[in-house]
Amino acid sequence: MEFVKPGTKINFLGIRRSTFILSGLVIGMSIISIILHGGLNYGIDFAGGTLVQVKFSEPIRVETIKNQLASIGLDRSLVQRFGEKRENEYLIRVEKSVSDLGTLSLEIQETLQRAYGKGGVEIRRTEMVGAKVGKDLRNKGIWAIVYALVGILIYITWRFEFIFAVGAITALAHDVMITVGAFSIANKEFTLPIVAAILTIIGYSLNDTIVVYDRIRENRRKMRREPLGRVINSSINETLGRTLLTSLTTLIVVVILFIFGGGVIHDFAFALMVGVLVGTYSSIFVASPIILTWQERK
Amino acid sequence: MSRNLKWKFLLILVATAAAFYYLTPSVVGEMSGFLGKILPQDKIHLGLDLQGGMHLILEVEGQKAVESYVERIKGDLKEDLKRKRIYAPRIERINGDQIHLEILGEKEKFDDYITSDYPILKEISAESQGKYQRIILGVVQKQADYLKRYAVDQALETIRNRVDQFGVAEPDISPQGSDRILIQLPGIKDPQRALRLIGRTALLEFKLVDDEHSLQEALKGNVPEGDIILYQKQEEPGSGRTTKIPFLLKKKTLMTGEVLKNAQVRFDNFNQPYVGLEFDPRGAKLFDRITAKNVKKRLAIILDNNVYSAPVIQERISGGSAQITGRFTENDARDLAIVLRAGALPAPVKILENRSVGPSLGKDLIDKGLKSIIIGGILVVLFMVTYYKISGAIADLALMLNLIFIMGALAGLRATLTLPGIAGIILTIGMAVDANVLIFERIREELRLGKTPRAAIDGGYSKALLTIIDANVTTLIAAVVLFQFGTGPVKGFAVTLSIGIVASLFTALFVSRAIFEVLIVKGMLRRVSI
Repeated sequence: MEFVKPGTKINFLGIRRSTFILSGLVIGMSIISIILHGGLNYGIDFAGGTLVQVKFSEPIRVETIKNQLASIGLDRSLVQRFGEKRENEYLIRVEKSVSDLGTLSLEIQETLQRAYGKGGVEIRRTEMVGAKVGKDLRNKGIWAIVYALVGILIYITWRFEFIFAVGAITALAHDVMITVGAFSIANKEFTLPIVAAILTIIGYSLNDTIVVYDRIRENRRKMRREPLGRVINSSINETLGRTLLTSLTTLIVVVILFIFGGGVIHDFAFALMVGVLVGTYSSIFVASPIILTWQERK
Repeated sequence: MSRNLKWKFLLILVATAAAFYYLTPSVVGEMSGFLGKILPQDKIHLGLDLQGGMHLILEVEGQKAVESYVERIKGDLKEDLKRKRIYAPRIERINGDQIHLEILGEKEKFDDYITSDYPILKEISAESQGKYQRIILGVVQKQADYLKRYAVDQALETIRNRVDQFGVAEPDISPQGSDRILIQLPGIKDPQRALRLIGRTALLEFKLVDDEHSLQEALKGNVPEGDIILYQKQEEPGSGRTTKIPFLLKKKTLMTGEVLKNAQVRFDNFNQPYVGLEFDPRGAKLFDRITAKNVKKRLAIILDNNVYSAPVIQERISGGSAQITGRFTENDARDLAIVLRAGALPAPVKILENRSVGPSLGKDLIDKGLKSIIIGGILVVLFMVTYYKISGAIADLALMLNLIFIMGALAGLRATLTLPGIAGIILTIGMAVDANVLIFERIREELRLGKTPRAAIDGGYSKALLTIIDANVTTLIAAVVLFQFGTGPVKGFAVTLSIGIVASLFTALFVSRAIFEVLIVKGMLRRVSI
C-alpha cells in the first residue's frame, strides 16, 4: 500500500504565497480571539483558585448545584459538566483560593453532603492553587518553552545551517500560536498539562521538519546544478509519504486518547490533535519554503 | 548466524529479560519464598493523581518567627533596662520586627549596654526630643536570616513528626526553595483532616483570666492595660453552628506547650474524650508554682488563640499534669494529642497549593488510560501490517518490545507513572513507529532503484540513521526541558516521553534490523514484503 506514489511532484513552493497568507490569517485569528477574550483563559494552575470535582449518584442540574453554592456565599462559582453525561460528574471552580487550611473545599463538601446525603455525592478531587504559586508556574511555563526553543535552535544550527534553524523556529512559533489560538477560540482552559502538550508539539513538529531538512541536505549534494527551489520541492515530495504516515499513526492514538482518555486528559489530547495537524502542515508549507524566501531576498 | 548478529540477539535478550525482571512485581504482585528473594519488590510507582492522595505546598511565614522573637527580646530588654536603672518610659514593638524605645538620659550608656548585651540588635534610627531619646532598634540581618531558616527546618521536623504519628505510608516531606515545604501523602483517605493536622500552628499557652476588670467594659473597647480578649469558639456537633464566648485574659503567657512531655486521649466518666497533658520536670515545677500562686483564680488553656477551657484552680497542682476538655469527637481529640506531642510550629504556615485526589478517581483514570493504550495500540498495529505487510509486522513486534521496555524502565528506575505519563506512553506508540516508517520508506526507495533485498535493507537503515537521530534528539531536548520545569504530573510525562524515545531508538535501529537480518541469513527473504 502506498499513499504517495513514487515520482509525485506537487509544486508546494509555487503556492507558498497563498499558504503564507493562510498561515498569517489563522495566526491573526488566534491573536484576535485572545484579545477579544481578554487574554488566555488560565486554569487555576496559572490564575490561582479552587477546583472541586464532584460525582453525584443521580443526575442533577447545574443550576441546582449553583444554588446550593450560592447559599454559602459562593455565588460567583463556575459549574461545568465533566466527562460524559451518564457519569454525573461536575467541576466546580471558585476564583478564591482560601489559604487558611483550605476550608473552602471542605465547606463545599459539607454543603453538598447536607443537601444530597453522604452517599449521594463524592468529592473526587480538590485542587487549590494560591495566586502567588500560579504566577510562579506561569513564568516557569513561559521559560520552559523559551529554553526548549533555544536548545533546538542551537542543535539545528550545529547540525545544519543557521537559516534552517530560523525556518524551524518560525514553524514552531507558528504551531504554538495556532494551538494556543485554538484553545482561546474553543474557550478551553489553559493549564499545566497544556504547557506539556505544547512542548510535545514542539518536539513532534520539529521531528517532521528535521526529516525534510535532512533530505534537503542530502539532495543538495546530489543535485548540485539544480536551483535551491527545485531541491527543496523534490525533498518535500520525497518525504511526503513518511510525513503523512507518521502524522496518521500519531493522530490515531491521539484521537483514541481524546475519545477514551476521560475528562482530565481530554483537553490535553485536544491540544495534541491540533498540534499534530498544524505541525504536519507547517513542516511542509512553512519551515522549508521560508528558507527559499530568505535566500531569494538576499 | 554471524558473530555480530549473535551479539545483537544476546543484547536484545538481556534487555528483554531485564525488563521482565523489573516488571514481575507489578504484574504478579509480591512473591514469597525463593522467587521473592531474587526478584525486585518494587512495583511501578504510581503518582498521586493515579493512586489518590494529597500534594501540598506550604510556605513557612518566617517573618512571623522573627516578629515573635522580637516580642520576646522586647520583654527581656524591658526588665534588663529596669535593672540597669536606665529609665525607659516607653518600649514597644512596631512595624512587625522593630523595637521602639524612649529613654531618659545619656544615650552613650544605653548604646554601650546594647552593644555588649544585645549584639543581635542594631540601631535603625535615633533622635533626641528634649530630655528623651527616641530610638528604633532592629534585628541584624544575619540573625533574621538564621531565624527564618531555623523556622523552616523546625517546621519540617515538626510536620514530619505529626505525619508519622498520623500514620501515612511512604510520605514525602521535603523543603523547596528557601521557605517552602512540599508534602506528598499517597493514598490518604481524609485529606481535610490531614490538612488540619499539618497546617495547625498548635501553639499551646496558659494565661490567667482577668476577673478584676469588667469583660463588658473591655468588649466596648476599653481593654485594660496588659489584657487581651480571646474567644472560645465551639461548633455544635450536628448543626454546624458555632458559638463564640469572649474571655478577658492577662496578656502575659505563664507557660507554653514547650514543657509538654506527653499528650494522650483519655475518656471521662461520660465517655467524653479529652486530652491529658503531662509536663516534663521543668514544666511540672512551673505549673506547681503557677497553681500555688493563683488558687481560686481561673487559668485559661489556649491553643492557637482559641480558648479551650478556663477552669478555676481549686488547689495547688504538683503532679505535673493537666487536661484539655471541650466538645471533641474522638478523632479531634486524637489529632489534638498528635499535634501537642509533635510540638508547635515555630511560625504559622500558609497553604500555597493543595491538590487532593480520591482513590476512586485514580482507578478510573488508570482504567481509561489502559483502555486507550490497548485500543490505540491495536489500531496502529493493524495499520502497520496493512501498509507494510510483513515488514509492518516486524515493526509491530518492535513496538510491543518498546512498550515492555518502557514499563520495565519505569519500574527499574523507580520513576513515577502519572496520568500525563500514560499519555506520554500512548504518544510514544504513535511516534515509535515513525523510526520504522522512515527506514521502510528508504528501503522502498532503494528497492525501486533495483537493489537486492540485502542491499536495500542495508542502504535503508544506514541512510535513515542520521535522520532518526536528529529527529529524536530534538524531541529529547523538549522532554529534558519539560523534566526540569515540571512539577509532579508534568515531570511524569517528561520521564515516559524520554524513556520512550530512547526505547524506540533501540527497537527501531536494533531489534527490527536484527529480525530482518535473520530472515535474510536464513534465506527466507528473497523478496522484501514492504
